[in-house]
Amino acid sequence: MDWAAIFSLQIVSAIATLVLLSIGLAVVFGMMKIINLAHGEFMMLGGYVAVLATHNLHVPIWISILVLAPLSVGLFGMLVERLLVRHLYGRMVDTMLATWGLSLALTGTATMLFGNTTVGISSPLPGISIGAYQTSGYGLFVIAVAVVVLLGMWALLRFTHFGLCARATMQNAKMAAALGANPGRIYSLTSGLGAALAGLGGAVLAPLTGVIPTLGASYIAKAFITVIGGGSAVITGTLTAASGFGLISQVVTFFSTPVFGEVALLLAAIVLIRVLPQGITGRFFRRAF
Amino acid sequence: MAMNRRAFLRTSAISAAALSTLSLKSFSAFAAEDAINIASLYDNSGGLDIYGKPIVDALTFAVEELNSGGGLLGRPLNLIKYDTQSNMQLYAQYAQQAALKDRAAVVHAGITSASREVVRPVLDRYKTLYFYNNQYEGGVCDRNFFGTGVTPGQTVEKLVSHVTKKWGKKVYIVAADYNYGQIVTAWVKKYVEQAGGQSVGIEFFPLDVTNFGATISKIQEAKPDFVWSALVGGAHMSFYRQWKAAGMTGKLPIASTTFAGGNEHIVLSSEESNGILICQNYVQELATPQNQAFVERFHKRFGADYPYITELAMGAYQGMMLWAEGVRQAGTVERMAVIESLEKGISLELPSGKVSVDPATHHCVLDVHIAEVRDRRLEVIESFAQQGPSDTAAVCNLVKNPRDAKQYSIAL
Amino acid sequence: MPVDTRTLLPVLGCVMAAVLVAVLPQWLDLFTLLSLTIYLVMALLALSLAFIWGFGGILCFGQAAFFGLGAYAYAIGVLNIGDSTWPVVLAIAVPALVAAAMGYFMFYGGISDVYLGVITLAVTLILFNVMNSTSGSEYQIGSALLGGFNGIPAIPTLNVPFNPDHVLEPETLFQVIGATLILCYLGLCGLLASRFGKVVVAIRENEQRAGLLGYDTRLHKLIVFSLGGGIAGLAGCLFANWGAFVSPGVFGLAQSAQIIIWVIVGGRGTLFGPILACVGIQALMARLGEQQHVDSGFVLGLILLTFVMLLPRGLLPALSTLATRVVKRRPQATPAQERAL
Repeated sequence: MDWAAIFSLQIVSAIATLVLLSIGLAVVFGMMKIINLAHGEFMMLGGYVAVLATHNLHVPIWISILVLAPLSVGLFGMLVERLLVRHLYGRMVDTMLATWGLSLALTGTATMLFGNTTVGISSPLPGISIGAYQTSGYGLFVIAVAVVVLLGMWALLRFTHFGLCARATMQNAKMAAALGANPGRIYSLTSGLGAALAGLGGAVLAPLTGVIPTLGASYIAKAFITVIGGGSAVITGTLTAASGFGLISQVVTFFSTPVFGEVALLLAAIVLIRVLPQGITGRFFRRAF
Repeated sequence: MAMNRRAFLRTSAISAAALSTLSLKSFSAFAAEDAINIASLYDNSGGLDIYGKPIVDALTFAVEELNSGGGLLGRPLNLIKYDTQSNMQLYAQYAQQAALKDRAAVVHAGITSASREVVRPVLDRYKTLYFYNNQYEGGVCDRNFFGTGVTPGQTVEKLVSHVTKKWGKKVYIVAADYNYGQIVTAWVKKYVEQAGGQSVGIEFFPLDVTNFGATISKIQEAKPDFVWSALVGGAHMSFYRQWKAAGMTGKLPIASTTFAGGNEHIVLSSEESNGILICQNYVQELATPQNQAFVERFHKRFGADYPYITELAMGAYQGMMLWAEGVRQAGTVERMAVIESLEKGISLELPSGKVSVDPATHHCVLDVHIAEVRDRRLEVIESFAQQGPSDTAAVCNLVKNPRDAKQYSIAL
Repeated sequence: MPVDTRTLLPVLGCVMAAVLVAVLPQWLDLFTLLSLTIYLVMALLALSLAFIWGFGGILCFGQAAFFGLGAYAYAIGVLNIGDSTWPVVLAIAVPALVAAAMGYFMFYGGISDVYLGVITLAVTLILFNVMNSTSGSEYQIGSALLGGFNGIPAIPTLNVPFNPDHVLEPETLFQVIGATLILCYLGLCGLLASRFGKVVVAIRENEQRAGLLGYDTRLHKLIVFSLGGGIAGLAGCLFANWGAFVSPGVFGLAQSAQIIIWVIVGGRGTLFGPILACVGIQALMARLGEQQHVDSGFVLGLILLTFVMLLPRGLLPALSTLATRVVKRRPQATPAQERAL
């Protein structure tokens, strides 16, 4: 019984991690149809902000993770949109390549600035016991954050004016503009939101994985694959793809090694895209967002 | 295609800049005509850079010390540093460059065994002396090669016997998935079984894995008395973080011969690393007067807030000093002469203790210490003086077979 | 009769290059020769992606997969067989077949664009993860240990066909590699000038239109993709010869990224541009590793950014437009002049 509980907890935790990894990229892809390959580096920046704020500025850890990291990375994301992405609208491949260049440059900058011995932050929550087993209490926190983020995004899109304009722009930008929404401002705010979510993800995961300059490279492939697999709907797509991939990868990891879990995730992605070329929400849950 | 003036100017400017980079002068420091070239090939970026930086600093320090003493044979030393960016192709390229273009008198290179085995054949072929200063799995038998790091025969046996007495006889092994991790695991298993114990589980992780949640649950299910970690690299540090997050620190002890080589005890918090037992040739906290003087000089050069002088860094320093002594005794930097003078069994008192070259294996006889991690320091618990490279000696005898040039796998 | 510069220029260039390749080993020192060798090997890899992306319109994020497969196929083959002749064939055939299988899976399933990129990326990551985990002694094919992260060291070099005792010297290896590059380049130029090539370019421009005109777009793309995979595999085989080692890093994301960068910087839509860019960027990266102040990834990222933002067509088209403008002193009339240059 304990074993089943631990097992399920870890699966949900894996799904939550994938959600946090991908939601920022999904927001930007769903809204503007661009793939931001610097997404992993935004997460790395969020991690560094959290770590440096906690250690050097002595900001309480919860504030650095939940407030400072998303805010600073969100602002940086808006800056990137203004300087870089704005000139490349409509050119999906070129945006991918430009953001890839940005990602290499950011990794290089982080290596030069922070080098290789940055102190990490240790998990602020104690372990919890389920029967005879210990597991990470912090994992519960990750799940909670993922749930809050998804609910928050849903509420944002469903109930606010910004959400309404954003959904309209997603469906038909020109019409929305004709009706008075300002696409430029919407894109700018969406980029900021996507970056902020990435920063939050990086900061929340920092106590578990540490922060090194090459962190982004390990995240970007999984996030990219989850977002494309999910399709263009932001919340439903990310949730369904993350659930599927997270479940498969964690189950396989349990019965063999983390490497086979990774391979299983990648194989599942290949099969999914072959069967559903537009992603999950290209075919199911079409009307959802 | 019509091109307006703005586009023309922009294109020509960028093209000119791009083409001019092809003619960049080499960055190698301009050296005096009679300087002795020494090359170092280590990763200062990419995933393995946590090991590289202290090593390069130690080599720089060693060269500066030698130069301030008048150089070698009256000639200054010129250290040419290459950053291999955790990329095997660059290891091969820079090894060729060091041998053919710089005509280095000695090359200090390689962190992982993978990089060593890329560099070694190149340096063998172009007849350039090679010093490998890291702890590794043992077995390299090559007259052109000198290994100054510890091998499992020197450290693993001592640590296993200590912890099986202290903690119990059932071990769960987590190791990096490449030949070093595989071979150390085989050694640990052998020594644990010799002590009357057993390994209740073994898992291997490639160097970029950060997801250890399932493993931690599996460890608990197997109920070992202690965990042996042969994890390597920045990504694997997340094991210790997740271990603490699951509340396992303090409930199940960990022993390791790789921990602390990459400053893990500095990067991780005390709660995450306290209590881990390691066994190494060198810890910065060694209380000998020579070591304390060394640390003081090192801190004067690099700052008192220098994170830590790792065992790998000291290995590099010791390798440089041994080579320098070989040169002095040979009276020349010519490769065979230096090799022959080192084979006479050169011995030096260095910060880690007495270090001697073993002529038959080209490895070193070293002191080893068992230490416990406490509040980001390594406190020495037990020391063993002058451990010989017994594992390599079982398969390698360069006195009898001087033409040997390969790595043997040591049958267990 | 006016000379057709479009065919003359590549041919003249190749003749000059052939002369250089034959003669350089006597003039250059060994180190420069060895450096040029690896640059030429990578240039062959760049050529393969330039072909499938620039002319076939297939953005493959995982070209490194075929590169790595070729390298490993050669290594395993030569360690088992001893003579290097058949392993070279293997190094071309295995990646080409895998590319054909992947191509069938993707093109006949109607996948294109970014989704294709995802699948190719996933494949190269799978190969990387799998090869990385083959460290134990139980992982071997015949007498070749796969070696996991450490890879396969001490790979025998190419020998004269069917004569295993006569191994090639570095000078001869350079000439062989140079000749291979020139032949592949000429072959691709010829292919692109033929009817098949024109159809391929038409498919790249507008797949639906080409399909409606009656051409089998999927088959053409499949052939292009397999051919590109085979050339990349050949480059992998030559890489294993240059370094005498192969390790899972050849499958890595970083390797794939580099190839894409070479093609963008050199000029998507040309064959020669990526070759130039590859040599230039490789030389630059090697130089950057000699200093400690600027991170080389940072510079690479800046280069990519600059080119995508400011020179999206790449270096060679920009240079040739400049040259034309300077020489002829009037704007070129034909906007989309497709030259396999």
